[in-house]
Amino acid sequence: MNEFFSTNLGIAVILLAQTLAVVGFVMISLLFLVYGDRKIWAAVQMRRGPNVVGLFGMLQTVADALKYVFKEIIIPAGADRPVFILAPLVSFVLAMLAWAVIPFNSTWVLADINVALLFVFAVSSLEVYGVIMGGWASNSKYPFLGSLRSAAQMISYEVSMGLIIIGVIISTGSMNFGDIVAAQNGDLGLFNWYFIPHFPMVFLFFISALAETNRPPFDLPEAESELVAGYQVEYSSTPFLLFMAGEYIAIFLMCALITLLFFGGWTSPLPFIADGPVWMVGKMAIFFFLIAMVKALVPRYRYDQLMRLGWKVFLPFSLGWVVFVAFAAKFGWFWGLFARWTVGG
Amino acid sequence: MGIAELAFYTFSMSTLIGGTFTVVSRNPVHSVLWLILAFLSAAGLFVLLGAEFVAMLLIIVYVGAVAVLFLFVVMMLDVDFAELKAEMAKYLPLGLLIGVIVLMQLMFALGVWDYSSGYEDRVAAAIGSGTNTAELGAIIYDEYILIFQLSGLILLVAMIGAIVLTLRHRTDVKRQDVVAQMMRDPAKAMELKNVKPGQGL
Repeated sequence: MNEFFSTNLGIAVILLAQTLAVVGFVMISLLFLVYGDRKIWAAVQMRRGPNVVGLFGMLQTVADALKYVFKEIIIPAGADRPVFILAPLVSFVLAMLAWAVIPFNSTWVLADINVALLFVFAVSSLEVYGVIMGGWASNSKYPFLGSLRSAAQMISYEVSMGLIIIGVIISTGSMNFGDIVAAQNGDLGLFNWYFIPHFPMVFLFFISALAETNRPPFDLPEAESELVAGYQVEYSSTPFLLFMAGEYIAIFLMCALITLLFFGGWTSPLPFIADGPVWMVGKMAIFFFLIAMVKALVPRYRYDQLMRLGWKVFLPFSLGWVVFVAFAAKFGWFWGLFARWTVGG
Repeated sequence: MGIAELAFYTFSMSTLIGGTFTVVSRNPVHSVLWLILAFLSAAGLFVLLGAEFVAMLLIIVYVGAVAVLFLFVVMMLDVDFAELKAEMAKYLPLGLLIGVIVLMQLMFALGVWDYSSGYEDRVAAAIGSGTNTAELGAIIYDEYILIFQLSGLILLVAMIGAIVLTLRHRTDVKRQDVVAQMMRDPAKAMELKNVKPGQGL
């Protein structure tokens, strides 16, 4: 049996099984994320939320997904057919792709590459194409306006997000998630995590993540009061489902990123409790809860204020922070809190 | 054929296909999308060479930023496809001529390619044992810091130049004062009135 797994075919089988495990995890959590999102939102607004299909309405998402799949795909007459179909696929596949480098435990990772952080950043910078292509291919005014908004918004917030990530990379000296988490693992438990030295950046990253995934209060690309549903107006049935799933998977990915970069990944908050993937998933769930709460509590931004926040507040602040972290790491300020190069590269 | 060869031929084929369709496509938006395919496949080739940092930068910079701007411009332009095709037919012979000349020049250059004597002293040191990100950083920021900073300065000057050339500060439009908007006090801006039924204000 061991011989089989060292041949090319055997390795392919192992890779396939690992990929299926990650995809399965993401898809199953997707079902409960959508349910949880709606339940939290409903609780804040003192409604019941989904409560009919399955126990406590837990299977509501399955029912919705089946409903989408069995409906007819309607393609507008003036639409650019290939691009119209391609857009939701791009959106979904790219959202899934980034999970290839997300680790859940010290050895539980699909592709342990040394530019993992850059890979995630590259893939999330590609996600804007799903939205632009969808908006353009629909050949209609509202989707096009929505896609233009989204392109400007996602690119603006990507810049400050990249700068925040650079701060973490400087602190660790590596772009591998394993090294970044190892640098946050120490005798002090949760006081070793990066959220203490990089404290203000946690908020900036959280807000940028909301803007990057077009999540309320920054959901201007689909702002229903102005643009009906933005780039999704002309989409129906399975393509719409793919857009929706891609959006939620990207949000969940952002939860994983916040966990890995600032909250110690799979390390446990108290030093005498064992580390493990359960911490990783638990932290991700907590951040998803926060994102869901933001959706329920905060009103939508005005577009010019959104751009102003991105370029005139976040960008200078995160740029200044990179300079500060570089000096603090180089000269060992604050008892070496910012430089943990012994663990990294 | 091993996995690496298979990946190499896949990526090179899709680079060539992407490049070809970038030129051949009738719809400019499709051209940009094919161009993105070419960029992505080129990034794949970089990964096969073991230059994963460059590959990721290629995706982030070219696909994530430059191509988005291309797409933006091309989508916003009102292009008349029929007119464009007529122009294409007019300029095709000239374009082909230029293409053939460039190709021949390349073939001449590569055919007699040789290193001059003493080139070993002029090339950068070979990459050490670290990851190529760290080695690249050491070369750019330690050895060639001056050249790197100067090229950054040139780009900055170009950027400022472009902004100065296009900046037109209009005084006849109404502008928002964001700070004043944020500092407004609701207590001063509005007032609650208790309106009695049948009386009005």
